[in-house]
Amino acid sequence: MQRSGRLAATLLSFVIFALFVAVWHVATLPTGGAPVADSEYSKLVGSAAASGQKSAMPSPKDVALKLWEHVKDPFFVRGTNDQGIGIQIAYSIGRVLLGFSLAALVAIPLGFVIGMSPLLYRAFDPFIQVLKPISPLAWMPLALFTIKDSATSSIFVIFICSLWPMLINTAFGVSAVRREWLNVARTLEVSPLRKAFLVVLPAAAPTIMTGMRISVGIAWLVIVAAEMLVGGTGIGYFVWNEWNNLSISNILCAILLIGLVGMLLDQILARLACAVSYPE
Amino acid sequence: MGAEFLKVEGLSKSFAVARGGPPLVVFDEVNFAIEKGEFVCIIGHSGCGKSTILNILAGLDEASGGVVIMDGREVAGPSLDRGVVFQGHALMPWLTARKNVEFAVRSRWPDARRATIDEICDRYLTMVGLAGAADKKPAELSGGMKQRVGIARAFSISPKMLLLDEPFGALDALTRGVIQDELLKICAATGQTVFMITHDVDEAILLADKIMLMSNGPGARIAEIVVNTLPRDRSRHTIHKDPQYYAIRNHLVDFLVSRSKVFTEQPPAGFDPLHPPLVTPGLPAAETRLALGAHR
Repeated sequence: MQRSGRLAATLLSFVIFALFVAVWHVATLPTGGAPVADSEYSKLVGSAAASGQKSAMPSPKDVALKLWEHVKDPFFVRGTNDQGIGIQIAYSIGRVLLGFSLAALVAIPLGFVIGMSPLLYRAFDPFIQVLKPISPLAWMPLALFTIKDSATSSIFVIFICSLWPMLINTAFGVSAVRREWLNVARTLEVSPLRKAFLVVLPAAAPTIMTGMRISVGIAWLVIVAAEMLVGGTGIGYFVWNEWNNLSISNILCAILLIGLVGMLLDQILARLACAVSYPE
Repeated sequence: MGAEFLKVEGLSKSFAVARGGPPLVVFDEVNFAIEKGEFVCIIGHSGCGKSTILNILAGLDEASGGVVIMDGREVAGPSLDRGVVFQGHALMPWLTARKNVEFAVRSRWPDARRATIDEICDRYLTMVGLAGAADKKPAELSGGMKQRVGIARAFSISPKMLLLDEPFGALDALTRGVIQDELLKICAATGQTVFMITHDVDEAILLADKIMLMSNGPGARIAEIVVNTLPRDRSRHTIHKDPQYYAIRNHLVDFLVSRSKVFTEQPPAGFDPLHPPLVTPGLPAAETRLALGAHR
């Protein structure tokens, strides 16, 4: 029953995908409209689009061909503004991982300390509540001004947006460790360090992992916007660059890849979360 | 008079209810002593502070007044000298049964070698009949098995005293009986000193040498201490055939049902909280004095 259900779901997924592609295909069919008189405009957008024979919106086939081009040779470098999509993605992933790791290095120990002490929990709470809802991009000018380096600034923005979910979840997870486990540790005269690593950490690990998962998701959302702002390299910059080139096919390829990489990052952390979870 | 191993003097616990108002006294003037190797149960209604007394003995809670002296030293904070079996098994769900016991053993003997630790873990898991399930996580164990792991963990550190907080409350009657028998056997073999909370009158009569009866809170006291005069080799299967059994049982039930309520307001004439009366409802009146003389 369950297996046939899964099969049906997969089948339905394919049907939905086929329908989507079909609608897309029909919507981008050449309309055969009258040519546009303005020659300046035709030069700008390409004669085919200007003549109205073909929409500027690429057809599924165009995108598939473009995608194949990218997949065939993802890592070329032909100049600062002409690099393979694989390289751009790698830049973005690198920044996300760096900013995220730095945030984890700060948030998890700090969250641990805050979670252990009700006094610190209450003292830090107003700051966290105010800083948490700030859009990470709002930090960008400040980062550019103080750091004076665009690449480092985007990493800083990733750092700041990954920080809060991890900090809040770690503090919450640590403060919510069941009283009875702590009492067991107390009656066994377990040293504070041993208690932290052998009781509190494993008990709070699922909550901490949830925070990390949320963080990495947000970081991946933010990196695209950050790179659009600072430019240079990265998938966000690639998207903006292709917008300037008016290559919708390339943009669609990038959108698809952003989705796939985001899913991959989420899946990796979901696996890790599964590894540290425990049934009660 | 045997050597008093654990001595509780003038213990009280009160909470501030409202700012400036009088504090709520849960219990006060609690005095009792436990001898080495003795199994003592405490019975009373919810809210009389039994669990608080146990937590104070464990060092997990602080008394508002009075002292607890164990083995000539004042109890101030938790210690490896007192093993605790918690009401909810309190096993760590991310560790297997064996690792849960190992955590305790390593805490007790941090410098012990691997082989020694393994040997101790094996011994106590086998003792509670869980050798086969040692590598299972608590979620894979039944309620009774979890509680057994908790007992193995408490015994594994060879504490001077064992504190059991209603350890079998959540178990079905059948499982409870089996584990009670095991506990009885283990205590007889090891001569363990035990302080245990229970709600179950039969459990108290089966396991305990002395049963302390607590009156209802607030202002609860130890009303009397019932000496279990049944032979020590009693078992679950034959205990109810002993004529003393019903006499003791009726006495306990009578206390819980009616006397515990009125005791706090109107203690019987001559009641001295420093020396709660020792009673032997199991014996005919004439033998009582004799038996008590032998006991004290």
